[in-house]
Amino acid sequence: MNAKTNSRLEKILVAGHKAVTSECGPPRGGDPSHIEEKANLIRNHVDAINITDNQTSVTRMCSLAVCIRLKLMGLEPVLQMVTRDRNRIALQSDILGAASYGISNILCLSGDHQSFGDCPTGQNVHDLDSMQLLQTVRLMCDEGKFLGGGDIDSPPKMFSGAAANPFADPYKIRVPRLAKKVACGAQFIQTQCIYNVEKFIDWMGKVCDRGLHEKVFILAGVTPLKSAGMARYMKNRVPGMDVPDDVVKRMAGVPKENQPQEGIDICVETIERLKEVKGISGFHIMAIEWEEKVPEIVERAGLYPRPQVS
Amino acid sequence: MIVGKQKPIDDIWEMISGYQKILVFGCNTCVAVCHQGGNKEAEILASLLRMRATQEGADIQIKDGGIERQCEHEFFESAKGSIQWADAVLSLACGVGVQFIAGKYPAKVALPGLDTLFMGDVQAPGLLTESCQGCGKCILHLTAGICPISRCAKRIMNGPCGGSTKGKCEINKELDCAWQLILDRLEALGRLDEYERVIPVKDWSTERAGGPRKLVMDKEAS
Ligand code: SF4
Ligand code: SF4
Repeated sequence: MNAKTNSRLEKILVAGHKAVTSECGPPRGGDPSHIEEKANLIRNHVDAINITDNQTSVTRMCSLAVCIRLKLMGLEPVLQMVTRDRNRIALQSDILGAASYGISNILCLSGDHQSFGDCPTGQNVHDLDSMQLLQTVRLMCDEGKFLGGGDIDSPPKMFSGAAANPFADPYKIRVPRLAKKVACGAQFIQTQCIYNVEKFIDWMGKVCDRGLHEKVFILAGVTPLKSAGMARYMKNRVPGMDVPDDVVKRMAGVPKENQPQEGIDICVETIERLKEVKGISGFHIMAIEWEEKVPEIVERAGLYPRPQVS
Repeated sequence: MIVGKQKPIDDIWEMISGYQKILVFGCNTCVAVCHQGGNKEAEILASLLRMRATQEGADIQIKDGGIERQCEHEFFESAKGSIQWADAVLSLACGVGVQFIAGKYPAKVALPGLDTLFMGDVQAPGLLTESCQGCGKCILHLTAGICPISRCAKRIMNGPCGGSTKGKCEINKELDCAWQLILDRLEALGRLDEYERVIPVKDWSTERAGGPRKLVMDKEAS
């Protein structure tokens, strides 16, 4: 298999290396310095950086603008796009804008409902869903067409990704759902954060039984826990999150000042365990407002130095 | 049917203040089923407003009345007199009825006594739920007879999203996830393999997005 785009992420995956991605959330204001700092903290330890798109429906600096900024800094962004806020005109237009700056990775998402964020009284769009956005990206890239049927002069070249949450309900369609995303054009997958490793391994087994791991690169998602409180919050309050009791207990079992370190240890152990699992092509490390810990996690998990590709 | 909910009495009071002769006007079809806007509710609301008028010493006359449906000309005959008498009609119909009155009686003020909520069904006594948004191109044959447009909080055509938890929607633990319902039903029908069909990008031009809609029937059919 050869890489079809200029995406560094795609090249690393195609070359058979275990990829490492991370993510940064844009600021709630017009000053870009903080996100630049965050990106610089991890630039040598990850292959690509996802820029979230108004995550949890809280208004922030736009993902595309931050991706352009990263690109101009010589970094490799993954443009997250949710279908909540923009219709098909705006989405296609942003894809072209991204392509014009050499942005080559897109992650297609539906986005959290706006009731979670700072504009619960706002309208939502959902003209397309995440699978239809994937189809749209492939249509634009592979056939050089707009959804309206017109031809695109210089079609974009994008490595298209999607999210998968093996822990959401109902479990019985979690593998079929992945198959559907692959059929729609997902070339890489970043999963929901994994705390229930057993359940994840079971899902991966079923993914491999269907041969899906040969059609799509699966990056296992991990998020280091900062405290027992965060573990409990994720367990009880975040929809679609599965934090087993023994993880909460382990966090609560150490003194408060040692809990951040315990969280990082758990994260590193999870990566080490999953490295051996068939079908996993890399890791997506989401250290929420804790980017400075990403280098330590990557190094301790034996994923450093990052491979060079041209 | 169309489901609505009476506006808070304070809001109604504020809306009618400034008018002398008010007709509280029920609509005895859809909004009577949800006990919000039928002729009986019009009677009750009128007496509450009269009490309020007495308490506040307001110079205002309040009558009540009602017809079978406020969205068709032929039902208005019996109410002609009381509508002529009033200077404002507080309609307890859905928004369709309120506008129909405004259009039919250009010299009268038409006021909305209800907040029109949705098109839905009576799941159980006292429980009404939304189940159609009139998208103009029904896809229920693709979704096991359960509408993701009206019943999924994100109108997801290829769900469920990652927030579906224990059968409930990410936005509210009381709300069923439409996609869980679709899957359960596909499974019960022995057609779970149909889940892997991708529902293509939707043509929304038949929905609100395409502008106000109209249906012109053949002469014979109407
Ligand atoms: S698919 Fe459209 S017409 Fe059919 S029930 Fe849903 S909203 Fe109504
Ligand atoms: S949880 Fe289910 S109903 Fe709610 S937004 Fe997601 S797919 Fe739709």
